[in-house]
Amino acid sequence: MSAAPTIRFYQTGSIAVGNRLLDPDQRSVQADEQRSNAITCGHRACQGCGEALGARYALDAAMRASGGRMIAANATGCLEVFSTPYPESSWRLPWIHSLFANAPAVSTGIAAALRAKGLADDIRVVGQGGDGGTVDIGMACLSGMFERGDDVLYICYDNEAYMNTGVQRSGATPPAARTTTTPAVGPAPGASFTQGKSAPLIAMAHEIPYVATATVAELRDLEAKVQTAMAMHGPRYLHVFVPCPLGWGSDPRETIHVARLAQQSGLFPVFEAHDGEVTGVTPIRRRVPVEDYLRTQARFAHLFKPQPHIETIARIQAQADRNVRRFGLLPDVQGGS
Amino acid sequence: MLQQLEGSRAVADAVALCRPEVVCAYPISPQTHIVERLSTLVSSGELAPCEYVNVESEFAAMSVAIGACATGARAYTATASQGLLYMSEALYNASGLGLPIVMTVANRAIGAPINIWNDHSDSMSQRDCGWIQLYAQSNQHALDLHIQAYRLAEELSAPVMVCMDGFILTHAVERVDMPSQADVDAWLPPFAPRQRLDPDEPVTIGAMVGPEAFMEVKYLAHAKQLQALESIPRVAGEFRDAFGRDAGEAVGGDGAVGGGGSDGAGGATGGASGGAGETAGLITTYRSEDAETIVVALGSVIGTIEDTVDELRAEGVSVGVLGITSFRPFPLDAVRAALAHATRVVVLEKALAVGLGGIVADNVHTALAGRSAHIHTVIAGLGGRPIVKASLRAMLADAVADRLEQLTFMDMDWDIVERELQRMRASRASGPHAENILRDIGTVAAGPV
Amino acid sequence: MFEVRIHGRGGQGIVTAAELLAVAAFDEDRYAQAFPSFGSERMGAPVVSFCRIDEHPIRTREPISEPDALIVADPTLLHQVDVFGGLPPDGYVLINSTRTFGELGLEELVTGRRRERLLTVPAADLAREHTGRAVAANTALLGGFAALCGQVSLDAVARAISERFAGAVGEGNVAAAHAAHAWVLDELRELRAAGAPGGQAMSPAAGGVEIDDSGGGSRRQRDQTTVGG
Repeated sequence: MSAAPTIRFYQTGSIAVGNRLLDPDQRSVQADEQRSNAITCGHRACQGCGEALGARYALDAAMRASGGRMIAANATGCLEVFSTPYPESSWRLPWIHSLFANAPAVSTGIAAALRAKGLADDIRVVGQGGDGGTVDIGMACLSGMFERGDDVLYICYDNEAYMNTGVQRSGATPPAARTTTTPAVGPAPGASFTQGKSAPLIAMAHEIPYVATATVAELRDLEAKVQTAMAMHGPRYLHVFVPCPLGWGSDPRETIHVARLAQQSGLFPVFEAHDGEVTGVTPIRRRVPVEDYLRTQARFAHLFKPQPHIETIARIQAQADRNVRRFGLLPDVQGGS
Repeated sequence: MLQQLEGSRAVADAVALCRPEVVCAYPISPQTHIVERLSTLVSSGELAPCEYVNVESEFAAMSVAIGACATGARAYTATASQGLLYMSEALYNASGLGLPIVMTVANRAIGAPINIWNDHSDSMSQRDCGWIQLYAQSNQHALDLHIQAYRLAEELSAPVMVCMDGFILTHAVERVDMPSQADVDAWLPPFAPRQRLDPDEPVTIGAMVGPEAFMEVKYLAHAKQLQALESIPRVAGEFRDAFGRDAGEAVGGDGAVGGGGSDGAGGATGGASGGAGETAGLITTYRSEDAETIVVALGSVIGTIEDTVDELRAEGVSVGVLGITSFRPFPLDAVRAALAHATRVVVLEKALAVGLGGIVADNVHTALAGRSAHIHTVIAGLGGRPIVKASLRAMLADAVADRLEQLTFMDMDWDIVERELQRMRASRASGPHAENILRDIGTVAAGPV
Repeated sequence: MFEVRIHGRGGQGIVTAAELLAVAAFDEDRYAQAFPSFGSERMGAPVVSFCRIDEHPIRTREPISEPDALIVADPTLLHQVDVFGGLPPDGYVLINSTRTFGELGLEELVTGRRRERLLTVPAADLAREHTGRAVAANTALLGGFAALCGQVSLDAVARAISERFAGAVGEGNVAAAHAAHAWVLDELRELRAAGAPGGQAMSPAAGGVEIDDSGGGSRRQRDQTTVGG
């Protein structure tokens, strides 16, 4: 590539670089008028839905990478429900929804059928689901898919609870978060402090070819990671952080901002891993304390009112600190334990 | 070609002849020999192109089959008992999505208490999930039904489960006539579904259907099974034309169809003396046309009952057999017609609707609504307790003498039962029966071999 | 119909024995049904398998409660499990043992039965001799069964064995079956000589049998108890 063009920053207070200032081949897939629009407009997602945003970017990037020759399997959940209000469908690619727990297994089946028909090199398979369908009820099928080496890219859109059914706690719900089954009452309001369930780390433990995390704050990064994944074969896993304004009680206009705060606080590490080893991280450019992130969401409001839960916030901060250490998220800190 | 094969092997080889493209398998007794044999056929290249997927659960097995079938691949899996229950959600999903998957259920009891032996509780528990259910009487019948199943399934866009008694059939080595690949290829064209997951013609499969259309969709599933009541006999007739015999009919060494025996005792296995025309493939009958008492049953026990009937007939007892091959759809008309003249109907079944009584009997009752025959339910063979001729004779003697109660349980150890019931009445905290029996009573007699 | 019940322990090839018997019968154009009494597979636990042979298709599937013939692969079962349950007076019994019926404590069983139908054969020894492993006693027993009951020919048994076990293993097993077959024929000859009624001839389907006097198998002392037929 030739020397990067000089970019002038027109927007203050942010470090966003607009697409229109780049050459066409450097722009995002979404900037392309010829994009596949795999999930087209008219779906019933909430205003400001992080998952709709993430799915749109991820799938169009995958469609571009596969030349539009792709089949998607979707778990039950928000994405499936808001995209297919019978008799309408937003999907412009071949798409199947089977059950809540089996999107990875259905994907395996599709991949097997394509192999049997000699079409595996021609047609790619993407499985997708929310955090509930992936890390909880779908975990066995996901693990099986990984272990067998099935040629599937699986994307988890993580909004940290069972949103479609009314915001219940999932295995991905962070400590202290209010959900309808971890209400903000009692001496330890919100979800408990457990050691958590990191699907990306679990995926890495399977030593699959590619694991990556991303957020809807860095959409170019998300597209790039999808592209990287689609250039490979075998089981690949993408874990995308997608704020849910309704479930989190955040401003629908601030979805991208909230996601950025999650990454910049260290609570959501953004990284890539190949064959079970971390190979790259997105450094935190400007670190923020976890409080900045927590204050944007009503699901954490009880940590601040009527009085601040200083210890709880400190514990959450310690988790962020640990992530920074563990993944080497600050430019001057190498990854380690 | 005539072969002496284990039932599992016969079924696996028959399935292979149907050219499945995706076989997914999770092991559970007593189906394991089927999937092991298919694994060998795929690994050796004998069955190709075919992808064999070792899945992590039965739920995954049916899910992989769903994904594969939706992509236009002919898919197969096998399970039993707990595994069938574990995939229950996926069974409803497959039938609701109109996916013509064929699955073998090696009938086995459901725990707790855990029990690996044969009865029909597993497939009976899923009788309303929208799958077509066919019950095999012998290994020949089982392998023939699988070959018919793919054709039926793909015509109707409905999944089919072929039920065969675990161990009793799966692990029995007996003579079968295995069709040739050429014959099965002529019988079964490649799978060409109306819609499939295909980038050239994208479709959305599995959308939510609300109150405005759900009833219609569900009714259509029912209508499809009613249509199957006609499709099954037609396919049975086509099978006879293509393969020169009825499904399940025994083939002699000289290729002659049907057994020998002028004394009636050596008649062909139950599958042959079945329906002609419109009941073929739905039911089979044996010496029932003029019988006063007719025993209704499913599966391998029919053979033992037929032997018993021959003995009793020779003693002048007017008794016959009605075998039900298609349990779903339930052939109400065929059953009603077959039992029309009987004074007594004895439904012998290997399943129990706990808290009510017989399951098959309930369905037979529906068929006989308004008729005056006495219907007796005999629950037998649960958890693999053998059903023996001597007990069948005794039961039928009671039936014929009108001594048989409405609901009976064959070969029970009433002593154990009474003692446990007494203990239950005496104490408030009831606890689980199997463990109570051991705790309070000591060892249970193993009974006859 | 001829019904055979085979007793042994897990790991002794009892299920295989019934299957091979069925294949041998099939080979001679008869119908046969073989099945095990089913249990979780455990080495050393008592196992029973069944085989029915008939000219006509076999429909019944109940366990064999009145066997025409019993094969006992493991004599340690004799006083632990009711192996003889349901045996009719003219039933055949073939036990894998170097001892006689008397030495096995089975005098009572012999009473009222046809003496020439109750034999022991050192199947494990013969198996070891021809294959190096006692586990091949099951195939040896089938050879003995062929001689004793005449339901299947030795040739058919040998073919069934060779189909199932390839190469040297198959050959050894076939040799063991031959040896046991010869042993049983010897025993029957001795019994006849000692005054017991003649042994069973081969079944018509399989043709006659040659009486091979060339020896095979060591002779052993036997008690001379004869019983009225």
